[in-house]
Amino acid sequence: MSPQADSLAALQQAFSAALRDAAQPVPAPIAVGAEGPAARGFDVYRNNVAVSLIEALEAAFPVVLRLVGADFFKATARAYIAEEPPRSPVLLLYGRGFGDFLETFPPAAGVPYLGDMARLEWAQLYAYHASDAAPLEIDCLSAVPPAELGSLCFVLHPSLHLIRSRWPVVSLWAASGGAADETDIDMKSGQEAAVIRPALKVETRLLPPGGHDFIADLMEGATLGAAAERAVERDPAFDLAVHLQGLFEIGAVTALLPSGPDTQTLQ
Amino acid sequence: MAEKGKVVSAAMIAGAVALAVSATAQVTPASAQAKEKCYGISLAGQNDCAAGPGTTCAGTSTVDYQGNAWTLVPAGDCLKYGVEETTADFELPGDRKGSLEAIDRDLPA
Amino acid sequence: MARSSTIPARAGVGLKAQHYEAVLDGRPDLGWFEVHAENYMGAGGPPHHYLTRIRRDYPLSLHGVGLSIGGAAPLDEAHLARFKDLAERYEPGLVSEHLAWSTHNDIYFNDLLPLPYTNETVVRVSDHLERMQDVVGHRVLLENPSTYVTFRESTMSEIDFLKAVVKLSGCGLLLDVNNVMVSATNQGTAPEAYIDSFPLEHVGEIHLGGHAREDDDQGNTLLIDAHDRAVDDAVWRLYDRSLARGGAKPTLIEWDNDLPDWETLYSEARAAEQLLEVRKISGRVPPLAKRRRAHVAAG
Repeated sequence: MSPQADSLAALQQAFSAALRDAAQPVPAPIAVGAEGPAARGFDVYRNNVAVSLIEALEAAFPVVLRLVGADFFKATARAYIAEEPPRSPVLLLYGRGFGDFLETFPPAAGVPYLGDMARLEWAQLYAYHASDAAPLEIDCLSAVPPAELGSLCFVLHPSLHLIRSRWPVVSLWAASGGAADETDIDMKSGQEAAVIRPALKVETRLLPPGGHDFIADLMEGATLGAAAERAVERDPAFDLAVHLQGLFEIGAVTALLPSGPDTQTLQ
Repeated sequence: MAEKGKVVSAAMIAGAVALAVSATAQVTPASAQAKEKCYGISLAGQNDCAAGPGTTCAGTSTVDYQGNAWTLVPAGDCLKYGVEETTADFELPGDRKGSLEAIDRDLPA
Repeated sequence: MARSSTIPARAGVGLKAQHYEAVLDGRPDLGWFEVHAENYMGAGGPPHHYLTRIRRDYPLSLHGVGLSIGGAAPLDEAHLARFKDLAERYEPGLVSEHLAWSTHNDIYFNDLLPLPYTNETVVRVSDHLERMQDVVGHRVLLENPSTYVTFRESTMSEIDFLKAVVKLSGCGLLLDVNNVMVSATNQGTAPEAYIDSFPLEHVGEIHLGGHAREDDDQGNTLLIDAHDRAVDDAVWRLYDRSLARGGAKPTLIEWDNDLPDWETLYSEARAAEQLLEVRKISGRVPPLAKRRRAHVAAG
């Protein structure tokens, strides 16, 4: 790199360091006609960076925002942005680590389900922008010879994302949006859910017991037989018919793959 | 795939599939238990070429663990869901103490 | 494909998700739409669903906001590839980016940050534009920025800088008239003089948008490129001044924050269209040119 190239890099290094740390003075290369206006002008950039990223998080996590209030959210978002600034110019999925961050953020400790709520909302964001695929109807299974059903693999919807929480995070989410009655929520019970966008709308579905692990096995490429086997091992009462019907009902299956010799099975 | 030692036989799978396809399975409680929709309206993208408002907002106060900005309490809807307000002190990096008590002080807007 | 790609010398509007339904339901009489490329770099979902439908009926301009053309580091090749895919998918009539940087050490600042105007940056920006044009397969229009600071080491004016980049890279220019107003006011220079010396022959598109104003205790005015309101009267006058000299160009109304309803946005586009019509029909130079002569005579 030429010495000249170094000078632009050095300028941008100083500029970005001062952008990220408001305690730093205005970078030296900035022309100072009068001290005041230059600092004021630089503050426009500082403000743009902070506000635009806070707004991105507010848009991505509306229920977390509603739960903690605007002031708390802004201060929390600034701390998160300082720790995990965007690494891509595409901001559509910015905030992936916000749930993990909230879980270890001391001021949020009084709301222990906040991290799971952020994970649920990020899953919804992910589903919104995921690839499109047309779900299959359950009737397609009728065309498969019964003896081959066990070795079948399911291709699941690209938007499908599983959530498991020790809190009733889906009910809390629904109550926050006014879609459910908060008085019915049992804070002692955990919940499992599937987030999926079978067409244009993102849907969040509670799963019956055993559903999370069963679907997770299928997502990892287990055959129907292997996934069912493991589900029954975990819980002898696992009802395969109910879970299959649910899986197709939410639009989670987009293709069937006959299992070949190299088909991955879970062991 | 060997059937030996398996709890779930091919016949059981075929039976379950037949039941599921015939729609006579009891879908309660099923995967379809609670159908919650979100994003009924379009989500706006977050990339644009406009500037934020003014010079005095979030970009110009410092973010660290020293300021009183961290004596924050969640002030939204969360407390009515049965998690009690906490006022316990918490440890901050570098031996500083924070508090979750609400104080009357301006927060960064 | 039957759909037309060519952007006419008419008014267009920056397409926002909040207006998808209004556009699809009403099919407004409008020359074209523009989108921020990065907002359509997701894999699928509603953004592509709506944009695909709107693209069937209108030409489209792709406006990049995140390539960091002015960055010291090489362009992000993964991002360039995404841009190329988007251009192949939507066949834009125009492709543009900003004279600015936004990424440093892999951190993306989500803002259009300013550059010193030196020979070094001319070469850097031109190299990056050439790379972008090679990969995306379109001539790129480079937009003049709104700036809030200047750099000691700048050795040339913004206009001389842009002319040098055009010469070196073969790019075109996007004249953002609101940015001219914002930067000139913030730097205490005359926006009319900027418009009068801008190389309009290289301009393929014009942007119009609203700005915010902040006055400090000493009476210093700072304009901010907020895109949160209607186009200012002074910006309309500068726009007409540019049309008088350079002729009608595709003109975009940008409104990104505090979005109005579709009708309000559309009426801004109609206002631009009326000025464009005057230039197209008469080819003559009505009142503003007189004002310009008066200005020159006076000043």
